[in-house]
Amino acid sequence: MSVVTNTTTIGAIEAPSRRNTELAMLAFAVVIPIFAYLNVGLAVNDKVPSGMIGYGLGIGLLAGVGHLVVRKFAPYADPLLLPLATLLNGLGLVLIWRLDQSPRLIARAELAYGSFSPDAPKQLLYSAIGIALFVAVLLLLKDHRILQRYTYISMAVALVLLILPVFFPARNGAKIWISLGPFNLQPGEFAKIIIAIFFSGYLMVKRDALALASRRVMGLYLPRGRDLGPILMVWAMSILILVFETDLGTSLLFFGLFVIMLYVATERTSWIVFGLVMSAAGAVGVATFEPHVQQRVEFWLNPFAESTWEQSDQIGQALMSFGAGGTLGTGLGQGNSDLIGFAANSDFILSTVGEEFGLAGMMAFLLIYGLIVERGVRTALAARDPFGKLLAIGLSGAFAIQVFVVAGGVMGLIPLTGMTMPFVAAGGSSVIANWALIGILIRISDTARRPAPAPAPSTDAEMTQVVRP
Amino acid sequence: MNKPLRRIAIFCGLLVLALLVRTNWLQYVEADELNTHEKNRRVLIERYAKERGNIVVDGKPITGSAKTDDTDFKYKRTYRDGPMWAPVTGYASQAFGATQIENLEDGILTGNDDQLFFDRTMAMFTGDEAKGGNVVTTLNGAAQKAAFEGLGEKKGAVVALEPGTGKILALASTPSYDPSSFAGYGAKDEKSWNSLGKDADKPMLNRALRETYPPGSTFKVVTAAAALENGVVDDIDAKTDSPLPWIMPGTTTPLENEGNIPCKDATLKEALRVSCNTVFGKLGFNVGKDKMLETAKKFGFNEEQFVPVRANASIFPEELNDSQTALSSIGQFDTRTTPLQMAMVVSAIANDGKLMKPYMIDQLEAPNLDVIKKTEPEEMGQPVSQEHAQMLQEMMETVVNEGTGSNAKIPDVTVGGKTGTAQHGENNSKNPYAWFISYAKGDNGAPVAVAVVVEDSDAVRDDISGGGLAAPIAKDVMKAVIDSKK
Repeated sequence: MSVVTNTTTIGAIEAPSRRNTELAMLAFAVVIPIFAYLNVGLAVNDKVPSGMIGYGLGIGLLAGVGHLVVRKFAPYADPLLLPLATLLNGLGLVLIWRLDQSPRLIARAELAYGSFSPDAPKQLLYSAIGIALFVAVLLLLKDHRILQRYTYISMAVALVLLILPVFFPARNGAKIWISLGPFNLQPGEFAKIIIAIFFSGYLMVKRDALALASRRVMGLYLPRGRDLGPILMVWAMSILILVFETDLGTSLLFFGLFVIMLYVATERTSWIVFGLVMSAAGAVGVATFEPHVQQRVEFWLNPFAESTWEQSDQIGQALMSFGAGGTLGTGLGQGNSDLIGFAANSDFILSTVGEEFGLAGMMAFLLIYGLIVERGVRTALAARDPFGKLLAIGLSGAFAIQVFVVAGGVMGLIPLTGMTMPFVAAGGSSVIANWALIGILIRISDTARRPAPAPAPSTDAEMTQVVRP
Repeated sequence: MNKPLRRIAIFCGLLVLALLVRTNWLQYVEADELNTHEKNRRVLIERYAKERGNIVVDGKPITGSAKTDDTDFKYKRTYRDGPMWAPVTGYASQAFGATQIENLEDGILTGNDDQLFFDRTMAMFTGDEAKGGNVVTTLNGAAQKAAFEGLGEKKGAVVALEPGTGKILALASTPSYDPSSFAGYGAKDEKSWNSLGKDADKPMLNRALRETYPPGSTFKVVTAAAALENGVVDDIDAKTDSPLPWIMPGTTTPLENEGNIPCKDATLKEALRVSCNTVFGKLGFNVGKDKMLETAKKFGFNEEQFVPVRANASIFPEELNDSQTALSSIGQFDTRTTPLQMAMVVSAIANDGKLMKPYMIDQLEAPNLDVIKKTEPEEMGQPVSQEHAQMLQEMMETVVNEGTGSNAKIPDVTVGGKTGTAQHGENNSKNPYAWFISYAKGDNGAPVAVAVVVEDSDAVRDDISGGGLAAPIAKDVMKAVIDSKK
């Protein structure tokens, strides 16, 4: 890896830590949601919301703690990741609070459960736990390579997390939840990170075997039969998730994640081809006998059909919500995205973005997600060790796929799946897990950008340079 | 490892790009379609979010807007004299949508039309509560009242036009319904909606525009026009070659007259005065089906009319044999017309042959009463020449002065008209429709042309019923228009 030597050479020159850049960006990331919060209050109740100070202090404090910990424990980390995540988290809180004010949703909850409980305070708590986990990752994980030691434990944990929901009752058609008393967890969100750790450790060890032992057929390097084992296993795993948990999103996420990491590890395009063929075969195969998946496809193709409307008007309502937003949106608090009803503030929160921030806001949101992915990929490029590279690309790839699957589902680009928009949607698992994800990326980027220790003074050094051509 | 990483970066970029393209597609390209989607509740929410503009007659609103305490709909539509005006306004219901003017001019009434962009922007700055604009109609309140009250308990319809402009002055249909009775979306509204829908008398059918009737003898005016225009008859006072009885060509059946009336070789004027089936049947046959169709089409037959509310197309059949041509020419067989169509026929004749496009929206007003759009009278064509139109007027005036239409006489006013009794049902078993079409003429041209149809009347089957039942209604409507001009 010639790149590594390059980075080392550049690293030897004192790299700027960019911590002040981060602080400045973070200030924006805190101020923008506070203004948004004020905006909602004025639009809905014609007055400055009473929770304004608490909210501002809360999000400011969380961001401040995050920043201080990064400054102290990961001084060379990427300066954009923390502000971007904070901005999304802050705006997400505003959107959830805005939907808490909706008379329609309140009436709906009272009709269905007898009472309405606002989601914004809970979400603020989850955000705090998320930041705490973020801080914990930075404090405890001094070097991401430590994770390599836990390759096979990760596999076991990930498997357990993925299988657990099968034993819990389905919620709204998908078995992606486990209920522990008052708490409902989506273990898939955590499994996403843990399985990326497992894949990184595993592929780092096996990548040479997977890459080199192959035959060339019609311009493609076909792997040996026995090397197909792991990909077949992950594939089978994804299909099982799809069949038993009826969750298209998680299934797609894991398989896509594996194919990406396999491709990066082996540099063999044939894996991509294999992956695409297998996922297409799997999806079509399952769709032929799994009514839940068929139904999702049907809803996607005909969102406004009378038969769809009777069962679920969500996608149609979401599409109309986007349409209602138009170019500039209705303005916060002035849209009717609450017509979606169920899951308006979780799976479908993006339609509130679409309606109230408009096309402009949607583009901004999508670009913020794109930027987070881009910073993740850049971290992978800059990382000096294969494990770090694989882990960074795995996490950012998973993040990208998740954003695509959720946003694409809500916007009617692909069939809808039961996943949530990272950081924005209401729901603890998502926020907490994604803060951990950002924590790990920050740790890898810190290691990558950290200047290498000055080379030991050597009498040979100068001579070596002289003879270099 | 960096080459695949870069490719994955491009892949992730493509994912985000796909989302960006999709959001542009939804929120820019498809936005209009989604915003007007029939399932989009926002349309309703918007419709009732602001004080809805009014539909105006004679400078006074015939609609209103009442505040509600509903979460979705802030206002509810109200109607003044709902049943009388329903054929004009249509309805705007929170549960059952909107029709007619309420639907067609929804953008103006809600204030969301692009033409009101400036007013909305101003309202935003001045802090005024935004409200909808008004739709000013061409209708004449007195004429409408005369028409509605004249029809009373009977089933039927009245259309009155201003011949010189095409303005609709009255548009009544009975039995009617009160659009306020289902303007909301509660259980009460649903109940009255359902009972209206189930009513065998079809109160929600706009008979003036959407029902077609066999025109009976009133259609003889069109046949007379066709005969004059095509040179089959040149002099309305000259004897026609009309045998009695007349056996329809291609059959052995004689065409019957209603009663023993002097139709043998009658002049055109006389034939119209006493309403001779034999004379007009033979005339229609002589003109020929193609020329008959051509004249009917010039009057507006076989085509939907938009006033701007859609009116059904009236029918003069395109494929006819000789005896069918004769029958169609006296308004039987498959000839069918809306009351609006017959009003257009008589209006064209009263306007010296010039047919004006009928319309009922005079102007659209912004919330601040600025006129944003005014409908200008538009000529649809000249179905008959001025000379022939005046001959037809002379004939129709004879009908009123000395013939079947004497019930429509108004002192000091020249009135021309034609009665009609249309048989229908198998073997003419059902009660006939009574028709009367007429115009009133003053020194400055004709201010009003009317078509009246009364359904299912218990009338005897002769021309008197058209004259007896429908003519007094026409007379009252004409009188109301003339009086309101004084």
